[in-house]
Formats: sequence, structure tokens, C-alpha cells
Amino acid sequence: MMHFLLLFSRQGKLRLQKWFTPVPEREKKKIVRDMTTMVLGRKPRSCNFLHWKDLKIVYKKYASLYFCCGLDAEENELLALEVLHRYVELLDKYFGNVCELDIIFNFEKAYFILDEFLLGGEVQETSKQVLSRSIEASDMLQETMEEYMSKPAF
Amino acid sequence: MPAPIRLRELIRTIRTARTQAEEREMIQKECAAIRSSFREEDNTYRCRNVAKLLYMHMLGYPAHFGQLECLKLIASQKFTDKRIGYLGAMLLLDERQDVHLLMTNCIKNDLNHSTQYVQGLALCTLGCMGSSEMCRDLAGEVEKLLKTSNSYLRKKAALCAVHVIRKVPELMEMFLPATKNLLSEKNHGVLHTSVVLLTEMCERSPDMLLHFRKLVPQLVRILKNLIMSGYSPEHDVSGISDPFLQVRILRLLRILGRSDDDSSEAMNDILAQVATNTETSKNVGNAILYETVLTIMDIKSESGLRVLAINILGRFLLNNDKNIRYVALTSLLKTVQTDHNAVQRHRSTIVDCLKDLDVSIKRRAMELSFALVNGNNIRGMMKELLYFLDSCDPEFKADCASGVFLAAEKYAPSKRWHIDTIMRVLTTAGSYVRDDSVPNLIQLITNSVEMHAYTVQRLYKALLDDISQQPLVQVSSWCIGEYGDLLVSGQCEEEEPIQVTEDEVLDVLEGLLVSNLSTPVTRGYSLTAIMKLSTRFSSVNRIKKVVSIYGSSIDVELQQRAVEYNALFKKYDHMRSALLERMPIMEKTASNGPTEIVQTNGETEPSVPDTKLPPLITQPANQANDLLDLLGGNDVVPVIQTTLPTKPASAGGELLDLLGDLSLSAIPPMTAYNKNGLKIEFTFERANPNPNIAVITIHATNTTEADMTEFVFQAAVPKTFQLQLLSPSSNIVPALNQGSVTQVIRVLNPQKQQLRMRVKLTYTHKGSPVQDLAEVNNFPPQSWQ
Repeated sequence: MMHFLLLFSRQGKLRLQKWFTPVPEREKKKIVRDMTTMVLGRKPRSCNFLHWKDLKIVYKKYASLYFCCGLDAEENELLALEVLHRYVELLDKYFGNVCELDIIFNFEKAYFILDEFLLGGEVQETSKQVLSRSIEASDMLQETMEEYMSKPAF
Repeated sequence: MPAPIRLRELIRTIRTARTQAEEREMIQKECAAIRSSFREEDNTYRCRNVAKLLYMHMLGYPAHFGQLECLKLIASQKFTDKRIGYLGAMLLLDERQDVHLLMTNCIKNDLNHSTQYVQGLALCTLGCMGSSEMCRDLAGEVEKLLKTSNSYLRKKAALCAVHVIRKVPELMEMFLPATKNLLSEKNHGVLHTSVVLLTEMCERSPDMLLHFRKLVPQLVRILKNLIMSGYSPEHDVSGISDPFLQVRILRLLRILGRSDDDSSEAMNDILAQVATNTETSKNVGNAILYETVLTIMDIKSESGLRVLAINILGRFLLNNDKNIRYVALTSLLKTVQTDHNAVQRHRSTIVDCLKDLDVSIKRRAMELSFALVNGNNIRGMMKELLYFLDSCDPEFKADCASGVFLAAEKYAPSKRWHIDTIMRVLTTAGSYVRDDSVPNLIQLITNSVEMHAYTVQRLYKALLDDISQQPLVQVSSWCIGEYGDLLVSGQCEEEEPIQVTEDEVLDVLEGLLVSNLSTPVTRGYSLTAIMKLSTRFSSVNRIKKVVSIYGSSIDVELQQRAVEYNALFKKYDHMRSALLERMPIMEKTASNGPTEIVQTNGETEPSVPDTKLPPLITQPANQANDLLDLLGGNDVVPVIQTTLPTKPASAGGELLDLLGDLSLSAIPPMTAYNKNGLKIEFTFERANPNPNIAVITIHATNTTEADMTEFVFQAAVPKTFQLQLLSPSSNIVPALNQGSVTQVIRVLNPQKQQLRMRVKLTYTHKGSPVQDLAEVNNFPPQSWQ
């Protein structure tokens, strides 16, 4: 299973953090620091896999954002790359040519999409279309209620 | 009160902050506003405020005061509120928080909500961070949802069940009925999560594993359909249909086929099919191949399939993609024990990976290379590994050096090669070798008797070049101290002997003492080495001077050594040559364990007959010379035993007990000497584990009416032997056979020559000193064959 998924910028600013195991707040901060230091310190054409404690770390850079996840030792690293890629595709489809700013200003939506894709550290839906439809439907639910209340969402 | 600012507005504002302090100020201001808003129990804007809080939390600011607000949002009827509320719960309310359990009721209600997206939120939250108590309370609801026909909910319920099982394994049983027809689903989401659930159950319970083995044919069918089916737009990734599902099925097959012949056989065909037909141009295809290889290697597959798998890994090694090379090396490392020969075929590719630029790949290649070293390829492999050691990053050097030492120890084709390899490691990576290698190497060098001259010469030359690498310097100074006489006498057979004088050697050792590069430990080594040379060199005065200087050294260790050595020169000079003689053979109990040096209080060993011994050395040396003269200078080496019976019976007795436990070969005892009432018997044992060492115990008994006091037993053996005398049990042989003196002799006989011995006995009997020499030639053949 995936233990955590982090998104951070080239300067080490955290844009998203998803934890699938209970970790104390201080420990979370430490892990984020370790991940950003390790990943940002990698040479440009290195392989995308690292070892950290007893976890496999898989990371990929998309434009200015690093997607970094920690996996159990028996997970398939190559498939993890595909998982990260799928998440990026989903974000891209939702936002239309997604960029870091989209994720900064709409972080809650990035979380909603992630929560439709992964659950408990495992992939829950393998079809892009099905997933997009669920998100759309949820959004509709939200907007309907907001329109009813005649107030904008946030 | 004006409406709280919108989330995006806040984000925009905070991003304009130019300094950390400015940002902190903005955050504090907003937090204060949010707090008062919470206090006023404002329902309308609660959602907005919590969302803002979550943003600030991501920036690293505390947000605990929003925890209860998340609960209120979850309890709200509005979907927007629930969405943000559950998100907040997942971010702020892990199971360590007190309020965590308060969610349980809300989640329970929402699991039964009429809107599937609300149910989905509840399932997601429970499945990501539900505590054990929560899982126990809500497992029933999850189980109900696992049986629903709504695929959106069913897939989430399956993963939620996985989480429940992880938290509370005892609850696994209750999900069993619901799994009955999970695999008949057409929906890929449900199929995928079901396979994950089944995997989790099989991994945790052998009973479940047995139960689910019957699903193998069904899984094979599903996998086959995925591969054979045409293009499916919903699940296609670069021409491959639902790779996520394929990989999970392969993983489940691995678990089911492990240690079961029938299941393994049932999946042979499909594995071969996947292995040969999967497109390898993109990462996704390789991910599937990788999982297939792992499965093939783990189940009871037929050998053809295993070879196919290893060949796939071999192809991976040649792939341009670093990730794939890395994955290949890791997998090969896992299989190298079981399929050693097949992996050996790819040895040259693996060794090439040592030169890869990527650090992770280099490390894997190094580990794998060491695993592949064997007696046949040791020379070639060691060349590559030593080259790697030369050029690799410092982070690798320690591990590589240890690996080289281990491999050399196991497979060295010759002693000379072994010593050369060690030299190479010490000179190229000398500062990185582990601390325990120094004693290990010293032990190795001591035991390579015929290489002593060559070794000390090479080490001396290395010292001339470089004194910065401490392990190298320590081993070198120890060797020079031991074998300095061989060095100056130019006796090297293996290579051109160098011409070096005693003064030059002492210059080098003294240089180590004063150099800033030397650590205190190294200084200790070199001081002791200099001292040892006092019995091997003639420039004793110089040595005395050096030693006396360090008698006032600030370093306490050095000072103590120097003071003791000084004392040795002054008051105990008669013991000096005995104390400083050659070290005995050291036996190793285990290759990594500390060397077990069987020693007496002093060191008793043959010293090379040194005609340059200065006249300052008194009694014992003269005795040695006497023995020499008697033996006609005929390649015989005297042994002098220390006269320090401070630890008599105990030391000898314990040793005897130890030796008594060793495997005895039934060599008959013999009488070595029997004269004037003194009888000396030899009993034999073979030393464990070295069969070249014979252990002889002497038993001296006295049939006269008077005790024999100050009894000293000395022995000498031919040059091809090495002999060690341990402490005697006492110095008094009681009269009338009332007791005996026992003493242990250890003889190393590597060339298995006939054992002969000269013995010298001295004792005081009835007030007058007695001395006798004898030859012992009647050793039974088993003692030296």
C-alpha cells in the first residue's frame, strides 16, 4: 500500500499531503522535510526510486511540481510511476492543462480527485472516464446546493 | 460583522507576503477572525473558514482549534459542508486526537445516506484513517455495503474492508461471505479492489489462502480476457488494457501459487503468455513484465519459465531506462541465491552497471556483484571490483572494502593473491575499511607464514608513499614490528628484495609517532613496533632513546606503554627477548568474530636465531644460544618460556578444559623423558578447527622423596614448525607422585613433517640446581601426519 503522497514545489513548498497511516504531527513534518531534501537533492537524470527506512520512495517531476510517494517494500515501483502519472492525467483533465497554480488555488479539489482515485493507500478506480464522471456528479451536487442557498461556494 | 474573506482571496493575499514574518502576521490575523467566527457558531461561513484553516495548516501553521468545527460540518446536511468537513477530518483528526471517536456516529449515519456520494465520503474517510474502535463499530455497515450492487459503493467498501482488516485482523472472518461473487463483477473498479481485498486476506491467513486457491482458474481467465480483448477506451494505457488490474491479479496469483504445485501449474501458460506478448516500449508494459517475473520466480514454475524470467531481467539490464535497470538489479539480487547459474550468465552486464552514473544502480550492482563471486570467477570479478573501489563515491567504499575482504577470504586462489588484494584495498580505500579489519588482516598475515617477508616488504613500501590512511598504517607498523628482521635482511622470494637499513625503518616508524596524521591508536601501534624491533635489530640504543622520550608523553596510553617498555629495558631486560618474540599462530573461531588468540601471560614463541643479539641480553638469550649451539645451528628454533607463574593453575587448567572439549583423535600418549626420578609424559589432541596444529600436554611427575622446585620446561622444534608453550600449572613437581605439573604445547606443522623436539629441563632438587637436555624422537606418527 501507499503510505503517503506528497506534492511539493522546486523550492520545497508543500502543495498537497495525503497520509494513509496515522502519523503524529511532528513526525509528518519530519517526513516532509526528509522527502523534500532527498528528492530535491537528486541529480537530474537519476532513476526515480529511492530507499528510505523500510519504504520505497517513488517520485516524478511534472513541470514545477514533484510528486512523491512512499510505498511498502513489496510494491511494484514501475506501477507506482503509472499511478502518479494517472493522478496527473486526472488533474489535467479536470483543470484543463493543469499547472501548479491550479493546485495552489484549488487544493481542496485536488484532494477530492485524489480521494476518488485512491482509498486507504490503494487504487480504487482504474477508469479515467468513470472517475471524471463521479467528480462531476459530486461537483454538481455541491453547486446545486449552493445555487439553492444563493451563495457562492467559498 | 462583515463576511469572512473567501478562500481564494486569502490564498492570493498570503502569497503576496514578501517575508516569513509578513506571512505569519497575515495568518495570525486571519486565525483570530476565524476563531471569533467559530465562537459565534456561524453556520453559514463555517465551511469557508475551515477551508481557509486547512490551507493555513498546509503552510505549516497550527489548526487544532478547527477540529470540532470539522465534526460540525460533517454533521451538517449540506453536501459542501460534508465534503470540507470530511476533508478536514482526514487532515486534522487522525486517531491520536481525542475527538476522533466523535466522528463514529456521523460516519455511521452517512454510510446509510440516500446519496451515494455522501456514502462515498464516509467510506473514504473510514477507509483512510478509521481507528480500531471505529472499525469495530462500523465493520457491519461496511460488510453490508460490500454486498450492494452499486459498483460505485462496492469498490469503496472493498478497500474500506481492507483497512478494517489491517486495523482489526480478527474481523477478517466476517467479510468472507461477501467475497463469494466479487470476481464475477464486470466493473473494473470493483474487480480491482476485490483483488486487493482477496490479496490482503490471503496474506494474513493461511486458511483464507487455502480457501481462495480455488479462484486461480477464474483469475487466470480474467487476466486472459484482459490481454486478449481488443482496445478498450475506458481502460487503455498505451495500448495495454487496465495495467493496474493486470498487476494486481499477477500479485494475487503469486501468493496463491507459492508452494503449491497444482496452482502453479494452472498459471504457467498465462504467465508465459504475458511474459512473451507484453509490449515493452513503454514503462507500463515493463511494469507488468516486472510483476510477471516476480511471480514466476516465487511460485513453483517449471525451469523453462524461470529461465525466461531471468532472461527478461537480463534484457531489462540493457534497457536505456534507468528505472528498469534498477528494478532488474533488485530482482536479480532476490533470485541470485535460488537461480545462481542463470544469473551468472548475465554477470558481465551486471559488472558493467558498476560504471553507471546513477548512485542507486551502482549500489545494487555492487551488492549483486558480490553475490555472484565464486571460486571460478574470483580473479576477474576482483579486478572489476577493485577498479570500482578506486573510483566509487566515498559512501560505497566501506561496504565495498568489506565485501572484497570477505570474498577474498572465501575464494582466494593463492596466499600471494590474497595479500596483494588486501594491499590494494588498504592503499586505495585505506581510510574507509572497518575497524575490525585491522585485527582480521593481522591474523591473516600471521598465518601466511611463507609470505611474511613479501608482506612486510610491500607494506613498508606502501608506508613510504602514504601515511594518512590509518588502517594501512596500523597493519604496516604491526608487521614491521613483527618481521622487521626479514625486511632488513632482504629475504624476499616473491619479488625483488629491497635494500633498507635498520635506521631507515626506525626513521619511518618514528615518523609515524610524530606525524599529525597519526591517530593515538596508530601511535600506540608504532611505539610497540619500535619496541619489538629491539630484539630484532641491533640499534637498541636508538630504540631505548625513543622509548624513554615517550615516557613523558601527554597521551596517557603512549606514556604508559613507554614507561613499561623502559622498565623492560632496565629491570626486566632478561625477559625482553622472550616477551617480544614472534607472535603465535592465531586461531579464528569464526570468520567475522574476534580472533581468539590463545596466549599466556607473556608471549612464548620461537625467535629467529639472531647472531646480532647484543651482549646486553642476559640469561634467557644465552640459554637460547646454548640450545642453538647444541643443535648445531641446524635449522632448529628454540622456544623460551616466560618465567611468570603468576597465573598458574587457573590459566592452564581452563585451557586444558577447553581443549578437553575439542574433538579427540585417539593418539596414544608417550613418555618423552624419564630420568633421575623425573618423568615427562606427552598426551595428544588435535586442535579444532585447524588440523595442522597438534596440542600436546606434558605431565611431569616426580618419584623421588624430595620436591622438584623452580621447575622449568623448555622445548625447541625444527624451523618448519612453529611452537607455542602455555603457562605451566605450577613450578613445583611434588615428590612421590603426589601430583604433577602440566603444561600445554601447541605445534603448528603445516608441512606435515616428522615431529622432533629438543627439551631442556631445569629444576632445583634437594637444594642443588639440576639441568638436563634431551631429544624427543618417539612421537607417534598420528601426531604429525
